[in-house]
Amino acid sequence: MRSIEDLEKIARELRISSLEMITAAASGHPGGSLSSAEIVSALYFAVMRYRVGEPRWPGRDRFILSKGHGCPIVYAALARAGCIDRAILPTLRQLGSPLQGHPDHVRLPYIEAATGSLGQGLSVAVGLAMAERLDAANDYNVYCLLGDGEVQAGQVWEAAMTAGKYQLGKLTAIVDYNKVQLDGHVRSIMDIEPLPSKFEAFRWHVREVDGHDLRDLLAAFESSRQATDRPTLLVAHTVKGKGVSFMEDTHAWHGKAPSKDELERAVAELTATA
Amino acid sequence: MGKATRAAFGEALAKIGRSHEKVVVIDADLSCSTQTAAFAKEFPERFIQVGIAEGNMIGVAAGLALGGMVPFAASFACFITGRFEQIRMSIGYNNANARIVGTHSGCGIGEDGYSQMGLEDLALMRSLPNIIVIQPADAIEAVRATEFLADYVGPAYLRLTRQGVDDIHPATYRFEFGSGEELRAGSDLAIVASGGVVGFALRAAEQLAKDGIEATVVNIHTIKPIDAGLLRRVGARCGRILTVEDHGIVGGLGSAVAEALSEVSDVAIRIHGVRGYGESGTHADLYARHRLDAAGIAAVAKDFVWPERRAEAAG
Repeated sequence: MRSIEDLEKIARELRISSLEMITAAASGHPGGSLSSAEIVSALYFAVMRYRVGEPRWPGRDRFILSKGHGCPIVYAALARAGCIDRAILPTLRQLGSPLQGHPDHVRLPYIEAATGSLGQGLSVAVGLAMAERLDAANDYNVYCLLGDGEVQAGQVWEAAMTAGKYQLGKLTAIVDYNKVQLDGHVRSIMDIEPLPSKFEAFRWHVREVDGHDLRDLLAAFESSRQATDRPTLLVAHTVKGKGVSFMEDTHAWHGKAPSKDELERAVAELTATA
Repeated sequence: MGKATRAAFGEALAKIGRSHEKVVVIDADLSCSTQTAAFAKEFPERFIQVGIAEGNMIGVAAGLALGGMVPFAASFACFITGRFEQIRMSIGYNNANARIVGTHSGCGIGEDGYSQMGLEDLALMRSLPNIIVIQPADAIEAVRATEFLADYVGPAYLRLTRQGVDDIHPATYRFEFGSGEELRAGSDLAIVASGGVVGFALRAAEQLAKDGIEATVVNIHTIKPIDAGLLRRVGARCGRILTVEDHGIVGGLGSAVAEALSEVSDVAIRIHGVRGYGESGTHADLYARHRLDAAGIAAVAKDFVWPERRAEAAG
C-alpha cells in the first residue's frame, strides 16, 4: 500500500507527463487532465486491481474515462504503472499511435471503452456492472470518471436511473467537478446544482470530497465499497488546471496546448510544490 | 401470408436463451412489440428493462458485451438506430459484441405513420465499417438469422417487420451468412430484394412472366457484407438490376448494390423503395402507393425493361 505522500508525488508526476505529452502533440486538453490528477493517482495506484502486462485479466477492475478528453492523465498513469512504454507518450495524437486524441479501446487494450463523445461513458459502465452481476465468473468493481459539463447530457441521467433501479453496488462514478467547461463556467453555461441531491434522488450513495486531497479520496472510495446495495457517486470538488497558476479556473486552457516556454513555467511550478 | 419476422425472432430468441447462458436482452419499454417479451418471461434475470431511454440502452448493451455477455438490444428500427451517435461510439468503435435489433421497419408498419417508421436505418447502420446488417425475408429466415447472431462475434444489426410476410422458404432452410440467394432465374432483368418485399418480388416475377418478361429474383438477407459475386453474375446475365426494399431510396439495399457494382460492372441499376416521408394508412395501401406490392414491383420492372424491348422491335 502506497503512502499518501507517494500518491501525491505520483499525481504531480502525472501532471507533468500530461503537459509534456500535450505540448509535444501541440494539441489536447490540459485543464481537465490537471484537475483529475489525484483522482487518477488514487484509482491507478491505490484503489483498482489490475495486472501489468495482462490488460484483459478477467479479475481487473474496469475504469471508464467518460470525460475522454482527459486521456493524457490516464496515459500518463498507464505509463507510470508500467502498463505501456513511457517512450510512446510523446506519440500522443500522432498517426499510428495507440494514444489517440480520445481513448481507443481497440488500439489500446488497457482502455476499457472508447469515449470522447460526452455523456455516454456511464451507460457503458452500467452495462459492465450488470455483466459482473450476471456472470458468476466475473468479480470486479467498475469506476467511471465524468466531467462536470457532461452531466448536462440527458443520457447521464438515463444511466443514473438504471444504476439506481438495479442497485449496482459495484459501480462508482466520480465527477471531476472543476466548475469549468469549454465555453466557460459550468454554473453560467448550464448549472448542474444541486448535484449531490440529484443523484441521491436517483437512489445513489453520494459523497462530496476534496478531489485534490488523497486522504479524502481514499476514504471516499472505501465508503463506496461499503455501499453494496447502491451505486456510489463521488462529487470531487477540483480546480480546472490545478497546479499551474496560469491554467487554473479558466476555460482558456480547456483545449489548448502550452508552448515550450509555457511548459517550462508549468513544470517549474509543479516541481516547486513538490 | 406468413408470420411477421419480429414474431419469429421473438420465439427463436426465447429458445436460444435455454442453450446460450450469456444471451441477455435489453428492452426500452417495447418488449410486447419487438416480441422479446417471450424471452423476458422465461429468463427474467437476463432481461434488462431500461425504460424509454434508447441512447442509454445502446451504452448498456456495449458495456454488457465488453463484460462478456451476448446482448440483444431491441426497439423499433427508427428509435434504436436514431441513437446513431451512441451506436457509432459505444458499439461500433469499440467493436463490441452487441446485437441491435430494429423491428417495425419500413412503411409496412402502416397506421402509426412516419414517426414510427424505420426508413433510414439501413443507411445509418451500413455506414459503420464493422457492423454486419441482416434483413430476413420470412419467418424461417428470421429464426435462422437469430440463431446465427447468437453465435456470431461482433457488432450486428438485424432488421425486422411488424407485419406478416410471405413464407418463401421451406422449414429445412439453411441460412448462409453473406450469401445472396437466387430464388428464380430469368434473363430479362434481375429483381434484387431484401426483407418482407422479397415475397412480393416473387409474385411480381410470376406476373411479369405472363407478359413475357423473365425475371431473376435474388434475396439479399445479408446486406452487409453484400454478396457482390452473385450481383455481378446476375447483372452480367440480365443487364439490368432492379433493387426493391421497404426503406428510403438513399443508403439502403439499392445503394449497397450500386456501391458493390460501381467499379466492376456496367449493369443498369434502378433503385426502388420508399420516396419522401411515410404516412398513415394500411400497409396494403402504403405498399400500393409506393409500388412495393406485387403489381407495383411488376409495373416498375416493365418501365425498366420495355423501352429497350420497344427499341429492339423498332430496330
